[in-house]
Amino acid sequence: MSGANMPLLSVEDLHISLTTDAGRFPAVDGVSFTIARGETVGLVGESGCGKSITALSIMGLLRDPLGLAGGKIKLSGQEIQNLPASQLRALRGKRIAMIFQEPMTALNPLKAVGTQIAEMFVLHQGASWREAESKAVDALTQVKVPAPAQRAKDFPHQLSGGMRQRVMIAIALACEPDLLIADEPTTALDVTVQSEIVDLMKELCAARGTAILMISHDLGLVTDTCKRVCVMYAGRIVEQQDSERIFNSPQHPYTQGLVASLPRLGMRARHGRRRLTEIAGVVPGITAYPVGCRFHPRCTRRTEICETVVPELTALAEGSLVRCHHHG
Amino acid sequence: MDKHAGADQALLSVEDLAVYFPIGGGVFSGRPQMLRAVDGVSLSIKPGESLGLVGESGCGKSTLALSILGLVDATTGRVVLDGKTVGGDTDRRDVARTVQMVFQDPYASLNPRQTVRRTLADPLRLHGVSNAGEVADRVAEMLRQVGLRPDQADLYPHEFSGGQRQRIGIARALILKPKLVICDEPVSALDVSIRAQIINLLLELQAEMGLSYLMISHDLGVVEHMSDRVAVMYLGRIVETGGWREIFEQPRHPYTRALIAAIPDPLTRGLAREKARGEIPSPLNPPPGCTFNPRCPHAIDHCRAAAPMLSAIDDGHLVSCWRADEFATPISA
Ligand SMILES: Nc1ncnc2c1ncn2[C@@H]1O[C@H](COP(=O)(O)OP(=O)(O)OP(=O)(O)O)[C@@H](O)[C@H]1O
Ligand SMILES: Nc1ncnc2c1ncn2[C@@H]1O[C@H](COP(=O)(O)OP(=O)(O)O)[C@@H](O)[C@H]1O
Ligand SMILES: [Mg+2]
Ligand SMILES: [Mg+2]
Repeated sequence: MSGANMPLLSVEDLHISLTTDAGRFPAVDGVSFTIARGETVGLVGESGCGKSITALSIMGLLRDPLGLAGGKIKLSGQEIQNLPASQLRALRGKRIAMIFQEPMTALNPLKAVGTQIAEMFVLHQGASWREAESKAVDALTQVKVPAPAQRAKDFPHQLSGGMRQRVMIAIALACEPDLLIADEPTTALDVTVQSEIVDLMKELCAARGTAILMISHDLGLVTDTCKRVCVMYAGRIVEQQDSERIFNSPQHPYTQGLVASLPRLGMRARHGRRRLTEIAGVVPGITAYPVGCRFHPRCTRRTEICETVVPELTALAEGSLVRCHHHG
Repeated sequence: MDKHAGADQALLSVEDLAVYFPIGGGVFSGRPQMLRAVDGVSLSIKPGESLGLVGESGCGKSTLALSILGLVDATTGRVVLDGKTVGGDTDRRDVARTVQMVFQDPYASLNPRQTVRRTLADPLRLHGVSNAGEVADRVAEMLRQVGLRPDQADLYPHEFSGGQRQRIGIARALILKPKLVICDEPVSALDVSIRAQIINLLLELQAEMGLSYLMISHDLGVVEHMSDRVAVMYLGRIVETGGWREIFEQPRHPYTRALIAAIPDPLTRGLAREKARGEIPSPLNPPPGCTFNPRCPHAIDHCRAAAPMLSAIDDGHLVSCWRADEFATPISA
């Protein structure tokens, strides 16, 4: 693929294994997706399904007991999954940046936040400290931190959760990366603050042409933020859809179950109080992922084939993909 | 008290309740500052009724819940439960027989070293059920009611999934047959795909046992689904209360409207101009006038000068906003 059509990021048949005393387990199993330049893609799924480790593998940050067990990760066509540590470090921050759920763990508690932003300019752009510090204040202004020059001198613990996440966004976007990976960036925040932070992230990325990979367990949040979503279940992508369509025409039984099980505001006024549709059973643990389709024990459409054969990711009309023997 | 009081008789009534916590202070630093966690709240719940309580972190929901349970003292005002004032000389055990709580985190709220049987039997024994056969029967029956098997009684919490643990938490709350159950974020710690199971269970149990609920949640969809009436709290005060339809279809307080606008859902896309800005101020240092004014998209000078009172705008629909009359347009979420 050349120039214009080449995706910014392409994850191809990614496998991540978890090694424990009890053996090796396929934590991520054949995950593939692409993100075009400036595109917003969501990765949605329940706790433990493998979203964060997928993100870490793109960042080259997988550590024992987790390891890459197969597949390719390409950035603008170049394979990056086997790059030496020094080259990966150069990539991080400069071309791919990431923000996490709990900014406190990603920020250095002993350094003023302005200094931490400034470091990005010094490290990746060779700016002088003086130059970098004034750029840091600009960056705080852009993420709409009030009184940015004063706040730059604050330490992380002096800031509210929302302000810390703004600082994280400022650090992440400092060097104008091509891709921002946001892993549950607002889960720890209140809804009104979440809404402001997400709007800010979208606005800044759109202005810079930065692509977003947004990770969340909240289907509403990813469809609201992204053009396209990948639904993950137990280490596999089970469906890929346009955000516009996922609530109205989900294709995989798991997605269908999720959409039907959510009490969405306005439903009761429109339809009266109906019993919510339940998805039976529990989310499987990584050491006991079912063979065949991993959703089959909970699926109402299960047949014999589902218990033994892993369904292929099948392309449907209009660019959506589904991994189910009985989709639709 | 009249035993045959009608359904109109409140099971719970919270009357102008305030709970202040002293912060700091000491010999050298002078008088402690007062943190107004709950600052003049009145509400009531009838038998069999569900009241939803919404509001963001730190607005005082859990403090209100704890004062209903008699676990924190009222600074002023009072809580009347089934005709008796909570706190002071009311028997703690009386309170426990009337009101129980389901917690957010089923992992943290169960004793890891106790079997389910002990978790459920202890409160029974404490409340005078001494016949071993009766205890065993009630434990088995309770487990069945929450969708677990009686033969699971001798397992420990770690042997259950998150959803099952929440079922145990519900069983523990219901074993004494209380009249009111306070659910503090009962599903937010659970996997998304099992939340519906727990919501359905809570509604079934309510119908079976005639329970009243105080349903605390930040998820407005859950609150709409489960509540008869709703109270919206901001910085220790109720800013709007009414029937679920009024609150979600005709919200009058800009904060209620901002909460709805903030729901990440394609359905609320048209509501951007209703969004709140900035962050929740500290209850130690609330802004003058209406405490929502710095974040309110509709604030005018008067809002910064004087605090509005909660007043009726319609039958049972109370709002505390100077401009409530102007927000009569329905919100279509
Ligand atoms: N024991 C205490 N001592 C001092 N301050 C307290 C105490 N308990 C609560 N507070 C403060 O009172 C306010 C209300 O707290 P509360 O726990 O009731 O909030 P909440 O609405 O339940 O929040 P969340 O949604 O985060 O659970 C907060 O500012 C909190 O920090
Ligand atoms: N450092 C680690 N050590 C062991 N297991 C891990 C580690 N990180 C993640 N896992 C396991 O890998 C699976 C996927 O985790 P993760 O990607 O964090 O899920 P999520 O989708 O919630 O982000 C889970 O079963 C998790 O317990
Ligand atoms: Mg994660
Ligand atoms: Mg609370």
